[in-house]
Amino acid sequence: MSTEKNFNSSSLPPGEGRGGATLFDKIWDAHIVSSNEGFPDVLYIDTHFIHEVTSPQAFDGLRDRGLPVFRPKQTVATADHNVPTWDQHLPIKEELSRYQVDMLTKNCAEFGIELYGLGHPYQGIVHVIGPELGITRPGCTYVCGDSHTSTHGAFGAIAFGIGTSQVEQVMATQCLLQQRPKRMKIEVNGQLQKGVGAKDIILYIISKISAAGGTGYFVEYAGDAIRSLSMEGRMTICNMSIEMGARGGLIAPDQTTIDYVNGREFAPKGEEWDKAAAYWQTLYSDEDAVFDSELYFDAADIEPMITYGTNPGMGIGITQHVPETSSFETKEQGSYANALKYMGLHDDESMLGKPIDYVFIGSCTNSRIEDLREVAAFIKGKQKAENVTVWVVPGSKQVQLQAIEEGLDKVFEAAGFPLREPGCSACLGMNEDKIPAGKYCVSTSNRNFEGRQGPNSRTFLASPLTAAAAAVTGKITDIREFLLSEPEFQELV
Amino acid sequence: MATKIFKHLQTSVVPLPIENIDTDQIIPARFLKATTRDGFGNNLFRDWRFDNEGNPKQDFVLNHPTYSGKILVAGKNFGCGSSREHAAWAIADYGFDVVVSSFFADIFKGNALNNGLLPIQVSDEFLKKLFEVVFEDANAEVEVDLENQYIRIAKTDDQESFEINPYKKACMTNGYDDIDYILSKKELITEFENK
Repeated sequence: MSTEKNFNSSSLPPGEGRGGATLFDKIWDAHIVSSNEGFPDVLYIDTHFIHEVTSPQAFDGLRDRGLPVFRPKQTVATADHNVPTWDQHLPIKEELSRYQVDMLTKNCAEFGIELYGLGHPYQGIVHVIGPELGITRPGCTYVCGDSHTSTHGAFGAIAFGIGTSQVEQVMATQCLLQQRPKRMKIEVNGQLQKGVGAKDIILYIISKISAAGGTGYFVEYAGDAIRSLSMEGRMTICNMSIEMGARGGLIAPDQTTIDYVNGREFAPKGEEWDKAAAYWQTLYSDEDAVFDSELYFDAADIEPMITYGTNPGMGIGITQHVPETSSFETKEQGSYANALKYMGLHDDESMLGKPIDYVFIGSCTNSRIEDLREVAAFIKGKQKAENVTVWVVPGSKQVQLQAIEEGLDKVFEAAGFPLREPGCSACLGMNEDKIPAGKYCVSTSNRNFEGRQGPNSRTFLASPLTAAAAAVTGKITDIREFLLSEPEFQELV
Repeated sequence: MATKIFKHLQTSVVPLPIENIDTDQIIPARFLKATTRDGFGNNLFRDWRFDNEGNPKQDFVLNHPTYSGKILVAGKNFGCGSSREHAAWAIADYGFDVVVSSFFADIFKGNALNNGLLPIQVSDEFLKKLFEVVFEDANAEVEVDLENQYIRIAKTDDQESFEINPYKKACMTNGYDDIDYILSKKELITEFENK
């Protein structure tokens, strides 16, 4: 079935790279269909991912205009936001959710789009399946009606979230009218501490520059600490670019990227592969590339991170205390005090030792096989705390099957919780998996907004390891304490 | 296809002096299940506006009889979070034509502009002044002139100009639509694909 797909329109070299260009500009320029003074650029989109929530109104728009989907073979659909993560073979209980998923099925059939819906072996969170199927590749452009589309930037691609009017635009024309953002470089260099991973890096960066610090920019992540990450780790980083306000983030492709894509279902094969891989190695920012902003961080400064507030910028090292309200500017103090009140925390409170009720390991940020392996390696031989409910939700059907093949499901079961079925789950309080009012959840997802995981739920964002540690102890815990006492485990992280 | 035309407006405003208002507050995910664009206004700021039983919370500004108008004024970094256009639909459906803040999240700003909802970014000082005036006099009117790109507090005559992409301005003042524009480039798209 892969031969029919056409995800590859821009895999050919765009010509000689000009000096002083950023990788972002090189890819952007190679995708400009039309550029006119005073107008946003018309940007060609290689692949458009769609899901059930932000597409129905766009399909209606096409019907109203009497237009087809212009390039259905460059459109990939899945159902993820509304799906249950238990008993997926049964009809979706919630009527409106079921209707929205059914609508996607009907729309895809009518407009000739292949759907990886419930029951399909490729179904999963849209930002997990694109990469794992080899649809996501270096040098290409991707959009989706979902802000975490930035995930795909991990491959050295331009990928960002769009609204439904723009979903309609891309369906109708395979193009997007878009103003070129500014470019920011964020370098992280040095050695990470044991127990500190990609999630901690990105939570740390956001805590330093705030939830609005990247607004107006497209970020390139660089530096040896970023380079040393696996593709899964890089996806975690790029995924949360939007949480600092940036439209997207990318990482120049290297051998790690090429090895990850090689052999995947829709990846180029044979001669095509050789050509593509050679081209991808030419994709990097020139040494004299000019960025509008550059930030540098030292990896050694980063502790395991945890958020305490109601936006992802409100994060601290896990051993630190909740900041004092008085440390903020007067005009910010009201919003800050409201956030602490919502979270049931007070000034200078220690995060370590805070009792929690739920642990959610999943979402487009942290639901890939590597995340599950890491959690399983830690949790093996341990039990979840009695007072804690743990949900481990794989990002896709393929991740789920891989986990079962590796026996990770048995490890989770022995620890007192089952491996669930793929979907967005408790990341956004839209499906059946919601955190009850007032309850605390240590979550590997990406947003700690008020009510994000369910009305009045309280979210502490953290890495999969920190979440797993909390699952075992029933409270916020420094994973490094376990590392000291468990040399075997230390080998694994 | 034509969208709503916006050129000029003068009304009282609704103040919401909270920073980092995210799209999950504007419209929680559990209300994103509709498959049309209508009716989202009923759930605008749902969890701030109503209690768990669905009763209006009296202390929330939209339930306050004193404040009304077609302009929403909010703290900085308005609309951060998800790309859900439903946030812009909810605000427009509720009856707002303009949102004023000292800073907007990118995707929200684009979504608003695509729905005839004008996001106006003002300076911190102007925003502060605006809140002061409105909290002193709930009926204070604000004038928005898109063609001349200024916002003015009628009572004090404080005025500030604002930026808008000239293309987006032309769309809003004429009711043009992005898709019509791109469709006019269809030949270039096919040409690009054949390169």
